[in-house]
Amino acid sequence: MSAVLEVEELSVDIPVSAGLLHPVQGVSFTVNRGETVCIVGESGCGKSLTALAIMDLLPSSARRLAMRLLLDGEDMLNASERRMSDIRGSKMAMIFQEPMTSLNPAYTIGNQLAEALTRHRRVSREQARERAVFLLEKVGITAAASRLRQYPHQLSGGLRQRVMIAMALMCGPDLIIADEPTTALDVTIQAQILLLLASLQKEFQMGMILITHDLGVVARVADRVAVMYAGQVIEAGDARQIFQQPMHPYTQGLLDCIPVPGKTQRGAHLGAIPGIVPTLIGDFIGCRFRERCNYAMVDCVSEEVSSRDAVQSGHTYRCLLGAQQCADNAKRKASA
Amino acid sequence: MFVYALKRLGVAVLVAITVSMVTFSLLYLSGDPAMALAGESATQQDIENIRRVYGFDRPIILQYLSWAWGALHGHLGYSNYLRTDVAAVVFERLPTTMTLGAAAISFALILSIPLGVLAAMRPNTVVDRFALTLAVVGQALPSFWFALILIFWLGIEWRLLPITGTESWKNFIMPAIALGYYVTPGVMRLTRAGMLEVLSSDYIRTARAKGLRSGTVLFKHALRNAIIPVVALTAVQFGFMLGGSIVIETIFAINGLGYLAWESIQRADMPVMQAIVLVLACIYIVLTFLADMLNAFLDPRIRVA
Repeated sequence: MSAVLEVEELSVDIPVSAGLLHPVQGVSFTVNRGETVCIVGESGCGKSLTALAIMDLLPSSARRLAMRLLLDGEDMLNASERRMSDIRGSKMAMIFQEPMTSLNPAYTIGNQLAEALTRHRRVSREQARERAVFLLEKVGITAAASRLRQYPHQLSGGLRQRVMIAMALMCGPDLIIADEPTTALDVTIQAQILLLLASLQKEFQMGMILITHDLGVVARVADRVAVMYAGQVIEAGDARQIFQQPMHPYTQGLLDCIPVPGKTQRGAHLGAIPGIVPTLIGDFIGCRFRERCNYAMVDCVSEEVSSRDAVQSGHTYRCLLGAQQCADNAKRKASA
Repeated sequence: MFVYALKRLGVAVLVAITVSMVTFSLLYLSGDPAMALAGESATQQDIENIRRVYGFDRPIILQYLSWAWGALHGHLGYSNYLRTDVAAVVFERLPTTMTLGAAAISFALILSIPLGVLAAMRPNTVVDRFALTLAVVGQALPSFWFALILIFWLGIEWRLLPITGTESWKNFIMPAIALGYYVTPGVMRLTRAGMLEVLSSDYIRTARAKGLRSGTVLFKHALRNAIIPVVALTAVQFGFMLGGSIVIETIFAINGLGYLAWESIQRADMPVMQAIVLVLACIYIVLTFLADMLNAFLDPRIRVA
């Protein structure tokens, strides 16, 4: 399998009045062709900034650092702004969280879809229109040709997000980044949009990064999962590994929070992780999760925690506890 | 769009009627018009005669209606001072004032919109500070004083431009700058604020995520939306400017409506003043209507229900 995107030691620094904020620290992962990687984590864990850092769309005050950032083998770290704008929308595209505000109110759907294509490809206006109609039908919009003349405010949130998806697909990108694409939508629409994304991703054999805090979503569509906490990837592996044998206490706690049909008893308390995320301003030594962790030790305060291999290959986690001990903890939780 | 235009038109007509009533009542502002017309040495009989001849003895509503009917047909009254038809004088002077107004607003927009955009693109930099300074100075300077400074340097010291009259387009440069500069700060600040807001919006991020060139992002996607409130402000400012042209036209001795207004006030020539107020108000109403239409064109949320 060829890698579409390789990210190694990606960090983002943002100067704020209280010091230097480190919202993303040393994030590494790979996305292969035709693969969906889910980045999971609670609000403010740095998952959206990771996506923006890959797209080079960070706020101007933010600084991006990385060892390696390759798209189809091409280095994006030293690419010029001009080259990056050629890549964006063409080889990689992004779908945002807010379909209500992500389309320009002043232009028709057709105009905004077409310009995504005409910017990167030598096509006629008519060809761009045909492509737009084709993709609108693909994303399940009826009467696509007449929709082209409509303005964003005439469409519902679900339709707008479908338009955003079609727009991201206009140039046939190798990588698509979807940042919580269903958060702003009705629950009934959420599943439709996710399944749509998953099927399109399979059909066009794209690499996809799906950012979400919804583990139910992850279970349905992810090939691989990266769990983020306080700016770091604290566990990564195949979806099956993460769900069946979570290693990190945070991942275990996270999975504890969702009810499992047939297993969770009516009236029984769901798990919760007490405490709050530590501040990410300034330097931080030790484990970021220690304040909220049931297994915290003295070493968690003083020792920098690096990723280590779990029992199965391709599964890594960032904790001082040994693999066997983590597995035992998971079993004890599961049987409790 | 058609329904919207019809609604706006309805509002414009209502405002015009209200304005005409206020204008009509100007005639009575200085007391009994018959007494004013008759002069100081007139007898009671003379005043009564004048009252009957001019129709001042009719009910006020009838007087208004017949006046309004005349105004609609271009009869704006007779100036006793100039011994001529008011409409002829007013419409003879109108093009000069409109030329001055158009030149002034063009100058203001050409200066303030690019400055506002630049300031928004580089907030809190030298460019932004420069624009802010220009705006503060513009707001603080009285236009008559600014006009005098222009006359002193450009007209007298460097002899670059003519000081008075309306012979050529050069005559309009200094008055247009003096008049337009006053409008610049508001338009610039609103452009800057609008651009700052739009540039941080989600759809600009989308545009950048599509890989669009920065020029396309800035002008097609950002400015188009940021300019919408500026259109309305410009129409309002143009109205203020027509009022402000009284001062500027007087300073530069430009034979426009403003100068005529100034003269008429001095002569207590009520019919002329009445006509000027009515004409300027109507121009203002038309401009506001046009601004509404332009906004509907720019913003499909107004146009397409």
